[in-house]
Amino acid sequence: MVQQAAAVRVPARVPGRPGIVSTLWKMVCRRRIIGIGVLILLVVAAAAVAAPLLAPTNPNTIDVPARLHAPEAAHPFGTDEYGRDILSRTLYGARLSLTVGLVVTLLSTTAGIVVGLIAGTNRGADKILMRIMDGVMAFPDILLAIALMASLGPSARNVVLALSFVYTPRVARVVRGSVLVIASLEYIDAAHAIGARRARILVRHILVNCASPVIVQATFITAYAMLGEAALSFLGVGIPPTIPTWGGIISGGQEYLRQAPWISIFPGAAIILSVLSLNLLGDGLRDFLDPRLRYS
Amino acid sequence: MLSYLTGRLFALLPVLAVVAVVVFMVVHVTPGDPARVMLGEDATEAQVATLRHDLGLDRPLPVQFVLWIGRALRGDLGESLFLHIPVSRDIALHLGPTATLSALGMTVALVIGIPVGIVSAVFRNSWLDQASLGLALLGAAVPSFWLGLSLIVLFAVDFGWLPSSGYQSPSNGLRQSLQYLVLPALALGVPNSSLIIRFTRSSLLDVLGNDYIRTARAKGLRGRAVIFRHALRNALVPILTVVGLTFAALMGGAVVTETVFSLPGIGQLVVSSVLRRDYPVIQGVTLTVATAYVIINLVVDLLYFAVDPRVRY
Repeated sequence: MVQQAAAVRVPARVPGRPGIVSTLWKMVCRRRIIGIGVLILLVVAAAAVAAPLLAPTNPNTIDVPARLHAPEAAHPFGTDEYGRDILSRTLYGARLSLTVGLVVTLLSTTAGIVVGLIAGTNRGADKILMRIMDGVMAFPDILLAIALMASLGPSARNVVLALSFVYTPRVARVVRGSVLVIASLEYIDAAHAIGARRARILVRHILVNCASPVIVQATFITAYAMLGEAALSFLGVGIPPTIPTWGGIISGGQEYLRQAPWISIFPGAAIILSVLSLNLLGDGLRDFLDPRLRYS
Repeated sequence: MLSYLTGRLFALLPVLAVVAVVVFMVVHVTPGDPARVMLGEDATEAQVATLRHDLGLDRPLPVQFVLWIGRALRGDLGESLFLHIPVSRDIALHLGPTATLSALGMTVALVIGIPVGIVSAVFRNSWLDQASLGLALLGAAVPSFWLGLSLIVLFAVDFGWLPSSGYQSPSNGLRQSLQYLVLPALALGVPNSSLIIRFTRSSLLDVLGNDYIRTARAKGLRGRAVIFRHALRNALVPILTVVGLTFAALMGGAVVTETVFSLPGIGQLVVSSVLRRDYPVIQGVTLTVATAYVIINLVVDLLYFAVDPRVRY
């Protein structure tokens, strides 16, 4: 009797609000591709974190007698023209690729949310800000990034800055669109009516409900950013070739395509695997979070 | 229609203005003195000062912008610091290969994307559908430059069927020219077909759910006639949008693909200009490509009129 009363007064969990772990688990069960995407991504991330442990040699160790060796026991991915181990370089490349992808996503999402929130709630600012975003989006991504790299100079930091600038409008558009829809809903009027402060409504009621499309967009931006970084480094205008990056390794292998195709093949496979897993994750999240957008 | 067109053209002005500001700022976000950066460490202070004056870099920024945009509007994009020829001529010289490659890449993307998308929608949830979507996912993940290199290894190095790099203008013989362009067009078109596959599929599935399709089936039309005569015509309208979107990705991809196959196009021009720090050329190319892209998107929107009589603005 007493126990029952206590159970009624202090429910273990607020009904209708499942915990985060069970929500995530449900997500993976409903959409298998989310699970596959996360799994591949975790493997790539683990490889990046454990690169010093997994790499057979230092990625920059030059071993001229072992130059252009085909994949063998000592060098599972072969070696390049300086005898550097491609497996080690690919593993260290994962660190850079993932870092660039994540930081670009973080920066462009933050900037995009700020721009989108302002544009979605302020008519005057909306016109100006969205015209600017349209203008930035009028460039092919990679071309704008190349042009920015020309003036910023090649370095990892500048690749992050250039790509973040390029991808900010994508987030801003998504946020603005969601804000406009949500702000017109009745519960926002209700929040105003009970006297909630503007800032509180903006963050607690509007921004939180933009989360789904932003998360989906952010996943795709990570994929774009990793492809973008690879392209910039491949072209020689991204991260300097002394640092092993997937694009940079492929670029170095270009000259030895005839004798040593493995130099380019393995880092390329790493790019495909990472981007594929992010796209799977993004597709799955979109299906799960917003069934209206489902393309099937 | 006319009022819509004028409206659309006016709406382009602010976008193009932003494009111009961004292109202009590209030089001015350089840390330090752009003139010094262009000339390198070895240049004397006097040389730097001369260049600064020649380029008008010693004037206030707004003045520089107005002067620059004024000249650009008249088609004067300045002079290449490296080749000392007008930038507009430099661009014109490199435009041919890029335009040809983009057109061929688009063709490849459409030739793969639309049929695969149709098959995927018609045989919904079958293994064919799964395979098509798998192809679309894989295509979106493959960097075009890596695909290009793999095609070179396979078809130029191993089989020796096609040249691995170089370019021949179509005016010097179509066959010869195509030999050089087949691999680049595939490298560019295959990754870009994935968006078209997905759009064709979803658009066709939307249409197939309509009542008039059921009517067509009910009156005894064969499946093929329903798909091609009734469904596809309507499904193709939204695909136009994705063609516009793909064009941007394609132009960006062309920049990278050209480098792989040593095609003397805009991409090679811009990459070598970046390495030479030839800012007037970089500005000219980005301005030209962005403007072209804005106009292409307008044309795509206007094509809706031609394809869909329901669209009236």
